[in-house]
Amino acid sequence: MDEKLKQEGLHIVVVGHVDHGKSTVIGRLLYDTDSLPQGAVDKVKRIVRETGKPFEYAYLLDAFEEEQKQGITIDTTQIQFVTKKREYVIIDAPGHKEFLKNMISGAANANAALLLVDAKQGVQEQSKRHGYMLSLLGIEKVYVVVNKMDLVDYSEEVFHKVAEDMKAFLEPLGVKPLRYLPVSGYQGDNIAAKSANMPWYDGPVLLDSLDLLEASKEILDKDLRLPIQDVFKFDDRRIIAGRIEAGKLAVGDEIAIYPSGRRTVIQSIAYWQERDKKERALAGESTGIIVRDEFFNQRGEIITTPGAKAPHVSNRLRASIFWMGRNPLRKGSTYKLKLATQEVEAEVADIVKTIDAANLDSREGAKELRLNDVAEVILSLKEAIAFDVFQEHQATGRFVLVDGYDVAGGGIVIAAEKADEGAGFAFVNGGIRARGDVFDEFYYDIESYNVTKVAAAVKKPYQVGDEIPRRGISYEYPADFDILILRDQVAVSVRQGRIESILPLADYEYSGRPLINGRGFGIKVYKAKELKEMLSVYRELASSHVEPRVKAAFANRYFFLNQYRHLQFYFDYVI
Amino acid sequence: MAMDHLDQLEAESIYILREAYKKLGKLGMLWSIGKDSTVLLWLAKKAFYGHVPFPFIHVDTKHKIPEMIAYRDRVAKELGLDLIVHTNWEAIHAGIGPDKGRLACCKALKTEALRQVVKQHGFDGLIVGVRRDEEGSRSKERVFSERTQDDGWDYTNQPPELWNQFKTDFPKGNHIRVHPILAWSELDIWEYIRRENIPIIDLYFAKNGKRYRSLGCACCTGQIESEADTLDKIIEELKHTKTGERAGRKQDQEDAYAMQKLRKEGYM
Repeated sequence: MDEKLKQEGLHIVVVGHVDHGKSTVIGRLLYDTDSLPQGAVDKVKRIVRETGKPFEYAYLLDAFEEEQKQGITIDTTQIQFVTKKREYVIIDAPGHKEFLKNMISGAANANAALLLVDAKQGVQEQSKRHGYMLSLLGIEKVYVVVNKMDLVDYSEEVFHKVAEDMKAFLEPLGVKPLRYLPVSGYQGDNIAAKSANMPWYDGPVLLDSLDLLEASKEILDKDLRLPIQDVFKFDDRRIIAGRIEAGKLAVGDEIAIYPSGRRTVIQSIAYWQERDKKERALAGESTGIIVRDEFFNQRGEIITTPGAKAPHVSNRLRASIFWMGRNPLRKGSTYKLKLATQEVEAEVADIVKTIDAANLDSREGAKELRLNDVAEVILSLKEAIAFDVFQEHQATGRFVLVDGYDVAGGGIVIAAEKADEGAGFAFVNGGIRARGDVFDEFYYDIESYNVTKVAAAVKKPYQVGDEIPRRGISYEYPADFDILILRDQVAVSVRQGRIESILPLADYEYSGRPLINGRGFGIKVYKAKELKEMLSVYRELASSHVEPRVKAAFANRYFFLNQYRHLQFYFDYVI
Repeated sequence: MAMDHLDQLEAESIYILREAYKKLGKLGMLWSIGKDSTVLLWLAKKAFYGHVPFPFIHVDTKHKIPEMIAYRDRVAKELGLDLIVHTNWEAIHAGIGPDKGRLACCKALKTEALRQVVKQHGFDGLIVGVRRDEEGSRSKERVFSERTQDDGWDYTNQPPELWNQFKTDFPKGNHIRVHPILAWSELDIWEYIRRENIPIIDLYFAKNGKRYRSLGCACCTGQIESEADTLDKIIEELKHTKTGERAGRKQDQEDAYAMQKLRKEGYM
């Protein structure tokens, strides 16, 4: 047993059309191998006793009252399970179309999948949709399990027909099932023990088939990818924390940090307990490193090894996405994109084509995506980020889209598109670039009570000599003022409505003119000495981990609304 | 060299704790003194290299097993924990207790007490040591699980949670229950305690043929027959046991869906 635990665990998701018996097969597998938490069995026995219903293996997983009453799986669950060879996590996923987001939540965590098909009903809509989702999620190890063989008199002919149908759908998607198995979850045929009802099947039973899966080790051989999760400064050490998503690192290694590409050397790996002291760390580990050169690092940056293939850095990417949102995704709308530990505003620049996951028909020219739609899109990001193509690095090549408060979409990167030069920057002067929302409109939405920022229509960055718009719907700036863009450490001076200079903030001298920040808020600074003080507090805040409340206190101390920038009431800002 | 099962669980839990710390505003960790929250404390120390950058919260029902309170105060002092102890005195003064019905008692002294402490301190995130294998409604949980202003849990419409992209956007007033050890089993917890040599309250070790397998209020928590007085023996016992972990917790037995009902309203 202890030897077994040394083996790496494998996560297996069970998918397929509603009522094709996913929960039953899992329940049976767990029951026959005596690997259920006893509390679960006791509870099902109790429910059976109280309701007078027959014992259902599915109840072992369908724990919600609503699930048992309706006889369907609503939400995904995971359960541990041990065989002679290794530890497994079996993930049950709902088959009902309405709960596709829950199926995806389950399947996204899997290394391998069992795609269940009812022998009597054959391949159905969700069998296909789930097969398609497996290909999109990058799950390559797939077994097709033909269930309910008892309902077709254990017919070899029916089994082959169903297997062929599934194969015909999956192969064009690049999903090549490793094995096809005939089983009956309800009767226990070919689950844990060989069935006498199907002498024509000479392959391994389901239980043994799981042990034949090989855990993928290639993640360790890939180039290093360590997205920075946080930078800790609890004591005199400055620890860059994150989980290694691919490859490995060691003390003394030279590293490059993207998007900037700056290089430094790993000085040590942080630890708390003496037994955790180490010189190397591998993919999968949540680690913390201390580097030689202390330059400004922040969450979202990706650490790799120089010489290896670097991540792409761009503000445009092409992706396959699936939409799980209640509201449709609209072309031209913006969402928050979360990729590894990076977060950036993303505009849907184009919906290239939509794909019907049930028959693979594709259609061009769509203006929006609805619940459960799949599409290829071009996303334009507010600023350049580091990322990979999903085929090369899964963890840094996939993302979710957040609509309002909710994760509403998921996607994988197909390709980096050529960066839109200067896009995402409000001000450019040679190599000096600064972001800024100075000309964006700020609306207070009277329906949702949220403040919404709508990007200015002009996409081209402003340069020295350009005239700037001084009045918008929600802003009004004087003829002479200076803009201090703190996050990019750039100062922009405006005189007579034109940009006079764009400088690094370090070279800026206080001019006595009104100051505003990168969002158009006034800055409560009226002396050179006060400015110096504010900038030093800002640098302290930006270079260490502080709670949002501390940042808010800084903002309240130094920024003000209502003179240059104000909020405009609005409802339905989608134009 | 490759990571084993416990290494994988540990790395995942640390990632979750760091994510909560970075992305949620005011954070607190529920500490029940039991084995799960003790492992959670250990993981937090690992995640933040010996520092624990948030307070601990103990919801004291005043019905706890007395040894638990003594242990709590001793450990909090030894580790210098920032500990918030909260009791729903109003309910106690109003006469609520286990004799008024177990679910009503749990609701007032645990669920409502928890709601009070969340409101009082304005927590945006609450780290809780629940595990999927404990009971059914927990098996369906998300790692970052949103609760409304009145602590409601909309379990039939949970948000997608994929690729470790957790729910970090939510309206002010709601809070997130963070579940870093959701994927751990009871056996994983004990094997990790053994591997890491984590100090643990001795109520779990058998004395006179009995031990606690799960800790709670004295009135509603039963002991099991056991000779397991060492970590090795506990682990061996669990590999062969035929009873559920929470079989000794009387509130679970009130109704087949008792936990689902309690948790829908904010129970941990």
